Amino acid sequence: MVSNSSDTAVLTDRVPLRSTATNALKIVVVGGFGVGKTTLVGSVSEIRPLNTEETMTRAGEGIDDLSAVRDKRATTVAFDFGRITLSAEHVLYLFGAPGQERFWFLWDRLFAGSLGAVVLVDTRRLEESWYAIDRLEQHGTPFVVARNNFDGPAHTLAEVRAALDLPEHVPLVDCDARDRESSKQVLIELLQHLHRLAEAQTAVVEETP
Amino acid sequence: MNAPRNLPGWDEDPDRLYTVTKGRSRPPEHAFDLVTLIVTEQEPAPGMQSEHARILRLCETPTAVVEVAADLGLPVSVVRILLGDLLEAGTITARHPRFAPTKARLPDLDMLKQVLHGLQQL
Repeated sequence: MVSNSSDTAVLTDRVPLRSTATNALKIVVVGGFGVGKTTLVGSVSEIRPLNTEETMTRAGEGIDDLSAVRDKRATTVAFDFGRITLSAEHVLYLFGAPGQERFWFLWDRLFAGSLGAVVLVDTRRLEESWYAIDRLEQHGTPFVVARNNFDGPAHTLAEVRAALDLPEHVPLVDCDARDRESSKQVLIELLQHLHRLAEAQTAVVEETP
Repeated sequence: MNAPRNLPGWDEDPDRLYTVTKGRSRPPEHAFDLVTLIVTEQEPAPGMQSEHARILRLCETPTAVVEVAADLGLPVSVVRILLGDLLEAGTITARHPRFAPTKARLPDLDMLKQVLHGLQQL
């Protein structure tokens, strides 16, 4: 069979998950075209970032309707992802998602249940992040903002915060998406933010008689 | 975004997608998340649809739905349908994400600590 050779290549190429992996988690990295999403995902991922796609129709909610694909009424959005094994049991998937409008049609379908999001921004094109930040707030998805600062800072983080109209409670950090340690710190920042939010929520629940 | 044109499946002949799913346009009730981990329980049988056989070979170790889609070069929605077939046939099992946060509920502190610890150990 012709397909055997490619199957073998794929299987040997891929770092398999441990057989004990039972629980996968999602974090989404949102950002405009060319801001460095794939670079960030790739710098911390244990696999070379992979690319896949989802089809959608704009007419109504019938995204599952594959007959639309046949009729070429559907459009396709592509996204990439990587993964990090956290423990014998837990594995974290990182998704790079373009922040533009049409992608949000698919947000619930693809990224419902995500732990949170990282909005990756490029200070030369901050306006590309406004829409993503707005939508994340509407969705109630916790997020942090990371400035991909590969050229050296032209603005202070305070200036970036003001330009993004970002509330004080949303963490804003600098990063170099090419650097594994720096990208890892961005994810840790998100997890610490989630931890603070969860602690605050727990406190509220305990105070309620 | 200017989507890359060399993606698997991007310029896929829509008829092929239709054929792979035998014209079914909606996935069965099983809700496969992007990161549901699929595990093969039975070897591919002779004469099986090639996509099914390929999934069974791929998922000998736990493999997320999204990785299956990337490997097969098919849209996630098509892969969900194929996985539904295999689940019904009992040839795979699915390890669904245990945690699904909602607007009202954040992940529990214990899990967040585990994730944080895992990241710090990288």
